[in-house]
Amino acid sequence: MAEVINKAPDVPIAAPRKVPVANPLADYLQRLGDDRLILGHRVSEWCGHGPILEEDIAMANIALDLIGHASSLLALAGEVEGEGRSDDTLAYFRDAVHFRNALLVEQPNGDFAMTMMRQFLFDTYSVLLWDQLSRCGHEGLAAIATKSLKEDKYHLRHSSEWVVRLGDGTEESHQRAQHALDELWRFTGELFDRDEVDAAVEAQGIVVDHEALRALWTTMVRDVLQRATLTMPTSTAVRRGGRTGFHTEHLGHLLATMQSVARAHPGASW
Amino acid sequence: MALLNTVPDPEVPVISVVELGVVRDVDITPERVLVTMTPTYSGCPAMREMEADVKAVLLARGAPAVEVRTVLSPAWTTDWIGPEAREKLRRYGIAPPGKAESQGLVTLTRARSAVACPFCGSTDTVLQSEFGSTACKAIHQCRACGSPFDEFKPL
Repeated sequence: MAEVINKAPDVPIAAPRKVPVANPLADYLQRLGDDRLILGHRVSEWCGHGPILEEDIAMANIALDLIGHASSLLALAGEVEGEGRSDDTLAYFRDAVHFRNALLVEQPNGDFAMTMMRQFLFDTYSVLLWDQLSRCGHEGLAAIATKSLKEDKYHLRHSSEWVVRLGDGTEESHQRAQHALDELWRFTGELFDRDEVDAAVEAQGIVVDHEALRALWTTMVRDVLQRATLTMPTSTAVRRGGRTGFHTEHLGHLLATMQSVARAHPGASW
Repeated sequence: MALLNTVPDPEVPVISVVELGVVRDVDITPERVLVTMTPTYSGCPAMREMEADVKAVLLARGAPAVEVRTVLSPAWTTDWIGPEAREKLRRYGIAPPGKAESQGLVTLTRARSAVACPFCGSTDTVLQSEFGSTACKAIHQCRACGSPFDEFKPL
């Protein structure tokens, strides 16, 4: 029996809620960093629980890469912010309302199909975004994008192959993969939003063509879903809020686990 | 640089951090040695070990102070690993990396070129897992001699 991870009614929320942003560039870098930190932590929850040894190792590797990307991005965000916050401070000493990750990445792992589908939907977005940002006008961010792009291509190959294998597998794996896709679909629209933070960083050379990103993402996702014999959802409902700190209940639980050691022993090193 | 060539990669000790391409530059002034390093994989836990090893070796040889600077650009690539180091990897039982993919996005159906078995040289091998015992390796098996082996992934 596949889990239902979000029972909220499938209604569109018209516009993202607005919060004042003091430093748009720092906020933008936190969005990028938080996506990878939270997804990296989610994937790491599989460590020791993978369905087969190779997959356990694969997920630990992917989690490490994502947390590595988050570390570079949050360190840069802290630098830009100029208040002396390190990547660790940002990761461990902010509460849910200050996290800027998209809702997609904080969704629980569910079954293996849910985890792989979430990874596939995000990896496709991430590869395309890094491709654009590797040519952006911010030197530090372009370097992180170029580096992360190489690694995320491996992740995407891995997750898309699993989506095909599960979708075009047994009756049960197909049903679970389709269920995961249907459950997660409403969280994908948020990835392509463009708000005032995006507009503000464009003046600093960070220009992303959100429409091109969405179009290419849709093409790539459709291609893999077809191979996987899965049905692309037609719903246009979008759940959003993560970019301005309005999260689903799952993020608080994740942070309670992720931050507990750092908060119990502030400044500890080992 | 020659001195740092004696510092082994902590996870693949048969090649040095210089041969791996992680040490990009060494700048020496009377006050300090500045080593510029670039990470292999963003999440590779061995990077801190390498930094610590580099510092220890230079301090032991009389450097007054050692500073390590991390740069991300140009991004590390396995193409920087030279022919001699590749041969060392192969003799150690790790298939050396093929040519790194150039720019361009992922082609999902692209057939991967076969990786030659480091033990018997056969290309009748099969990929077991894209991810192996360390961030930089994948797991293969040779159908000819039956040996499982690691491949240093092209990046």
